[in-house]
Amino acid sequence: MNLNSDYFTLFGLKQQFAVDTAALDAAYRQIQSQVHPDRFAQASDTEKRLALQWATHANEAYQTLKHPISRGRYLLQLAGVDTAEEQNTAMPTAFLMAQMEWREAIEEAQAGHNVSQLEKLSAALHDDSQALIEQLADCLDHHPDLPQAALLVRKLRFLDKLEQDISDAIEGLLF
Amino acid sequence: MALLQIAEPGLSTAPHQHRLAVGIDLGTTHSLVASVRSGIASALPDARGRVLLPSVVHYREDQGVDVGYDARACQTQDPHNTIVSVKRFMGRGLADLPDASSLPYQFVDGPGMVELQTRAGRKSPVQISADILKALKIRAEATLGGELTGAVITVPAYFDDAQRQATKDAAKLAGLNVLRLLNEPTAAAIAYGLDNASEGVYAVYDLGGGTFDISILKLSRGVFEVLATSGDSALGGDDFDQRIFCWMLQTANLSQLSDSDTRLLLTHARTAKESLTEHEEALIQAVLSDGRWIELTLTQDLFNDMTKTLVEKTLLPVRRALRDARLQVGDIKGVVLVGGATRMPHIRKAVAEFFGQTPLTNLDPDQVVALGAAMQANVLAGNKVDDDWLLLDVIPLSLGLETMGGLVEKVIPRNSTIPTARAQEFTTFKDGQTAMAIHVVQGERELVSDCRSLARFELRGIPPMVAGAARIRVSFQIDADGLLSVSARELSSGVEASISVKPSYGLTDEQIAHMLTDSLSHVKDDIAARKLREAIIDAESLIATTENALQADGDLLAGEERSRIDNAIAALRSAITAQATVAINQATSRLNTVTGDFAAARMDRNIRRALAGQKITDL
Repeated sequence: MNLNSDYFTLFGLKQQFAVDTAALDAAYRQIQSQVHPDRFAQASDTEKRLALQWATHANEAYQTLKHPISRGRYLLQLAGVDTAEEQNTAMPTAFLMAQMEWREAIEEAQAGHNVSQLEKLSAALHDDSQALIEQLADCLDHHPDLPQAALLVRKLRFLDKLEQDISDAIEGLLF
Repeated sequence: MALLQIAEPGLSTAPHQHRLAVGIDLGTTHSLVASVRSGIASALPDARGRVLLPSVVHYREDQGVDVGYDARACQTQDPHNTIVSVKRFMGRGLADLPDASSLPYQFVDGPGMVELQTRAGRKSPVQISADILKALKIRAEATLGGELTGAVITVPAYFDDAQRQATKDAAKLAGLNVLRLLNEPTAAAIAYGLDNASEGVYAVYDLGGGTFDISILKLSRGVFEVLATSGDSALGGDDFDQRIFCWMLQTANLSQLSDSDTRLLLTHARTAKESLTEHEEALIQAVLSDGRWIELTLTQDLFNDMTKTLVEKTLLPVRRALRDARLQVGDIKGVVLVGGATRMPHIRKAVAEFFGQTPLTNLDPDQVVALGAAMQANVLAGNKVDDDWLLLDVIPLSLGLETMGGLVEKVIPRNSTIPTARAQEFTTFKDGQTAMAIHVVQGERELVSDCRSLARFELRGIPPMVAGAARIRVSFQIDADGLLSVSARELSSGVEASISVKPSYGLTDEQIAHMLTDSLSHVKDDIAARKLREAIIDAESLIATTENALQADGDLLAGEERSRIDNAIAALRSAITAQATVAINQATSRLNTVTGDFAAARMDRNIRRALAGQKITDL
């Protein structure tokens, strides 16, 4: 086990999209209980540095595997596929149209100071994301289609950004 | 029946030496120190049996320094030289203190942080806090009967990097070995959670003298996981006093008060507030320095009314923390009240109404943070406890970088579990560019000007290339204390770009050394002797941990590697015998170096064992 082991190996999990979250949580806690800097408060500087690196690594690994989008992106990365989300923003027209409608709806609710409408949009968006995540699971675990999986990750990234915008809008109105 | 003591296989059978460790709650109005003795955490009292130490420092005319009750007694007669609530100034510039003009101090805008002009010279909040910490250190060493191995110092969860750094600097200046900076609500959760063997999601509502924190924690099987934290690092009990003070000015038609009258009335405001916890109304009687007599009656209703907005102000961060944790009010199993200000009945009522349940108050809200910190210090110092626990805490504020147009790009979002790190790649903007300025900020706002500046640094020595060809990777690391460090590297050429981090706040090691020299010269302590003592403590602790490691996992080592480590230990021992500070430090660092691979191999073994579902102790 070293800092270059892949995240699935680190947590003793099978390298696939479907994840047993209880097993992931348990493995994460087991590892942190071994490597956390609090375990090395009296240790040598070398061990302290190592503990900091390991605990940071375990946190990063856990966050990556816990969230479906980052987990999908990571699996693709392990398979040598770069999702290139920053550069590749080409999307099917229908998807882009839907995006514009979402944006308009958010702006409208924001202008009307309508927090409950924003909450509704957020919930609807969440449902859309879930549907895409199911497709992603299919493309990665059952009927491997990596280019399609990469497109789904890019789409999910768009929806995630929208959800973040809604969240920011709600915060802007509440706080 | 006496329990049989059985040593862990592979570990030393020598009776475990109890290491003296303390938890210190460095509060805005009160500070206290606690320690675990015979398995029980308790606050350590002074000679007169008082556990709370007022966080007040008085610089006397005879160059002496008073801390605590004696200092507090001087605040009216000598307001310029009697510093109260110094925590509010930690890591803060003059521009950050909206009420600076109403405070009886002569502020000087020091580099990054305000300083206060006193008769003992210009004092930074770090130095003043160090005076408070020194008083607690002396108390602890006298009570526990020995030198401290280390201390856990608590900070408000919502403290930013500058405030945390300032706190750690103050502890170092006071000669304390800081085992960890611990968030106050998390410390309270340890004290509560372990006491009540709780499981589930808890909210800790911590309203202290000058800061407000809310933390949402998940407690399960010995793990304290902070899900979200929020707060206001400039909102606390002091603000309630301030409201009463303003009401007094208005009602008694006062203006242009002298500094000592201001302090006098603030003290009366505070007494009235405390009295209203038990009584329906409070009578305020005071004589100003010009002989004017003030007599006012403050009722609970009036007080509640004038402070309603402050109470509401605390509920905003509560909502935000719940949102960040993606939880509803109904998901919260229990609410813990921490901080002296939560004694106010209308606070309790507001919290109970918001969460729809009666908050837990069975531990003393003034002591609970120090008690939790003491428990954590006991574990960190390496004293064995029956049921071990793990803390997973978060950073309270997002970390970002300044981009084009003064905008912030978030690098590490708030509520990320620490320790955490993120790397960001940058490129050059012009052909042949060899340097680049990077500005790190903390906060949630979009504009750099609305966030707190943490560090500005320049990357130099970038090899000249066409614009956009250089690839500079800047790594941000946040450690378990919530403190940031930065490193950078040019990737395409492999050249390590030199990096000079200029913290906007925080002190360099030389500055601390300088302050230490200053303060020590007053008490005529011998700096060289102190350095030697510290070097020996470090060295002996390293030898002990290395030998324990060799006993437990020595089989991982090949003969050659083993003898390298044995030789390094022997060399360090003879350096200690020779009492040579420089040689000890060199031999310590040598031993640290030669045990690097061994430490990595042990870590690997421990992780494998943990994943195999076996505890090390079962093997």
